[in-house]
Amino acid sequence: MRSVWALAATAALSLLAISTMAFAGEPKQGGILRMYHRDSPGNASIHEGATYSLNVPFMPIFNNLVIYKQDEPQNSLKNIVPELAESWAWTNEGKTLTFKLRQGVKWHDGKPFTSADVKCTFDMLMGKSQQKFRQNPRKSWYNEVNDITTNGDFEASFNLKRPQPSLLALLASGYTPVYPCHVSPGDMRTHPIGTGPFKFVEFKANESIKLTRNTDYWRKGRPYLDGIEFTIIPNRSTAILAFVAGKFDMTFPTEVSIPLLKDVKSQDPSAICVVEPNNVSTNIIVNSTAAPFDNADIRKAMALALDRKAFVDILFEGQADIGGTMEPAPAGLWAMPKDMLETIPGYGPDVKANREEAKKLMQKAGYGPDKHLAVKVSTRNIPVYRDPAVILIDQLKSIYIDGELDVVETANWFPKVARKDYMLGLNLTGNAVDDPDQSFYENYSCGSERNYTNYCNKDIEKLFDVQSQETDIAKRKKLVWEIDKKLQEDVARPIIFHARTGTCWKPYVKGVTVMSNSSYNGYRYEDVWMDK
Amino acid sequence: MFAYLVRRLFLMLVTLFGISIVIFFLLRIVPGNIVDILFAAAGYVDPADKANLERELGIDQPLIMQYWHWISGFLRGDFGYSYVSEKPALQEILPRIPITARLAGLALLFSASIGIPLGVISAVKQGTRLDYVLRVVSLSGLSLPSFWLGLLILTAAVAMFGQIPIFNPNPATWLEAFATYAVPAAAVGFRSAALTMRITRSSMLEVLRQDYIRTARAKGASDAAVNYHHALKNAILPVITVIGIEAAFLIGGLIVTETVFNIPGVARFLVEAIRWRDYPIVQNLVMLIAVVVVSANFIVDMLYAVFDPRIRYTD
Repeated sequence: MRSVWALAATAALSLLAISTMAFAGEPKQGGILRMYHRDSPGNASIHEGATYSLNVPFMPIFNNLVIYKQDEPQNSLKNIVPELAESWAWTNEGKTLTFKLRQGVKWHDGKPFTSADVKCTFDMLMGKSQQKFRQNPRKSWYNEVNDITTNGDFEASFNLKRPQPSLLALLASGYTPVYPCHVSPGDMRTHPIGTGPFKFVEFKANESIKLTRNTDYWRKGRPYLDGIEFTIIPNRSTAILAFVAGKFDMTFPTEVSIPLLKDVKSQDPSAICVVEPNNVSTNIIVNSTAAPFDNADIRKAMALALDRKAFVDILFEGQADIGGTMEPAPAGLWAMPKDMLETIPGYGPDVKANREEAKKLMQKAGYGPDKHLAVKVSTRNIPVYRDPAVILIDQLKSIYIDGELDVVETANWFPKVARKDYMLGLNLTGNAVDDPDQSFYENYSCGSERNYTNYCNKDIEKLFDVQSQETDIAKRKKLVWEIDKKLQEDVARPIIFHARTGTCWKPYVKGVTVMSNSSYNGYRYEDVWMDK
Repeated sequence: MFAYLVRRLFLMLVTLFGISIVIFFLLRIVPGNIVDILFAAAGYVDPADKANLERELGIDQPLIMQYWHWISGFLRGDFGYSYVSEKPALQEILPRIPITARLAGLALLFSASIGIPLGVISAVKQGTRLDYVLRVVSLSGLSLPSFWLGLLILTAAVAMFGQIPIFNPNPATWLEAFATYAVPAAAVGFRSAALTMRITRSSMLEVLRQDYIRTARAKGASDAAVNYHHALKNAILPVITVIGIEAAFLIGGLIVTETVFNIPGVARFLVEAIRWRDYPIVQNLVMLIAVVVVSANFIVDMLYAVFDPRIRYTD
């Protein structure tokens, strides 16, 4: 009998404890989340942009077919959950991906969401419809899709040329919202209509972006916030001071640099700050179509001269990661193991020995202490580009290369690179999804618009396709490592480091998750609430 | 006077025509166009998409045609569409004008109301400790760049009050309204107050040495009457000229101040529009500024006659 009482008392206490815990952490409705925005996005249409200046404020307006779980920092195939789709199934030996769509969902203007919206969104992305996007930076994501077919109002199928398991990963990106058929691409640039948790209110260029709660949101009880307001403050000092002074509840995501983070913590110790990798690599683009970098020895010597740790120490006080094309582990899912990475020329820990080897290669190419090679290192006129370029120039000195900084205005950067009017370029590459298909096809496949170096290796290209079709993750990983290793050995686009950056918010802001292997996919904000 | 007025007005129009040509063609010489910038933001370049966009925005047409479309539209009050926001350019520009006008007006008021009296005091008390202090203040006003001063004010405000005077379009209290405009106006007006102070001082010193001042004193006029009635009235002309020129140059200071204090005025908008090569905004805005500057010079010239009866514009 005594044991029964004890059991009952324990159960009662446990229940009390659980209910108290639940009460303490119970999300509250209401409040406007105030954030600053780092600059004025060019427009409001996610499909026509390639910067998270666009995703952050406008992603809350939309839904995808599927999305990465918003409360898990690491995006992976395992944590993809349905949004506008209720479920999905692969059929036809992995060549058909069929989505059953959610019923009763309405666009913000009251019109019903149907499979026609899915078809027209992806037809536009593939360039197969009458209406065209003014810009379409991710067209190559759908290279393997033949067409989209619908079966009634609530079923849509992606018919592929060959199996591509990672299509689902691309569809889960913040870059892949479903657009309404009845709104023109032009209107979506200025007044976006979505099905998402927040409705668009206004976008005043250089001033502010305002969103309000979608009271008809299909996910009942969400969002918690009444709205989100972004104040555009391009001056970073002013923005941080305003956050410290309490004008904002949150900084712009991943926009607080490591040195600035110290300032924030010293001026506002209560601020919660996290530092995460963001899948943006700083790399060198090499113009191998012209002298001197058409010489493989010189390319290899340059790769050998890099002291990556020095970059990380100087620019990030040690808080950045070294890796290949794919984001380093543990945040990145496809990174080469450390011992494999260190076998790549220039990645070994003995920088001095690497540079001795580099000098020999330079001498073989006709350069030496008495005859230095003069090169121009071109980069954009932005500190995150310029600062590592200066360090690169300093490091190249050690192998008889005299670098000269060639600062290029942003407007000219991509046209200049596209013209191949450069020798060496210091570049940043943001990967929208931590998936080899996105990274390899976009940056290294022959003829891709974002393959700035025109690197083209048909053998590697075949391997891209092999890994892309592989459904066994362990097998695919090994293939990906081999490809990444080969890309570094070929000095296709030598990766210097992968950055880490900070995000801060006030302690009363709850439910924020900063993604660790993407800068583009975690801004739905429907789970964020304020304990005020 | 009438003939002079007509001639000045004609010259104004010729000047504005010249300015319009310079604005239009200089903007085209700047490396990169709107299409380049849009593709830079998208991180790729597709020649076919680029050509489509150029056609859509009309920048594939010959320059002379583009100029004609713009200037004829400007004269009709049709400013075209912003390439970035895709809204009518006038609709984008107009709401920002009162914000900058208020800021500039307050800065000029600050400049005149501080600069002139302190300049007079400095001249009247020449060689005293007060004079030296005021000269140091004016020198610092000329030396401190407004971006630095602005950030200093922001940092001090956060450190002392935990507040930051970021632009608030709907101020709830008088204090908020004051913080919205007065603090940035002081930051930008400090330089022109210092300049006004120095010009007033030197102009006053020159006048105070004149015979008619000595005569006034000999006749027993009070210090106040001599300094403010006789001396200041005669010393004010160069000060008005400087304030007029400062009004024109204020836009430079406002660009920085509006950026630092995040004020959505014309000046910051202009810089953003230049960054985006948003031609309809830049051309029309710079043209409007040119109209304001040329008109300000014209008004200053006319004011000469009002303040100094010796000046007669009879040709």
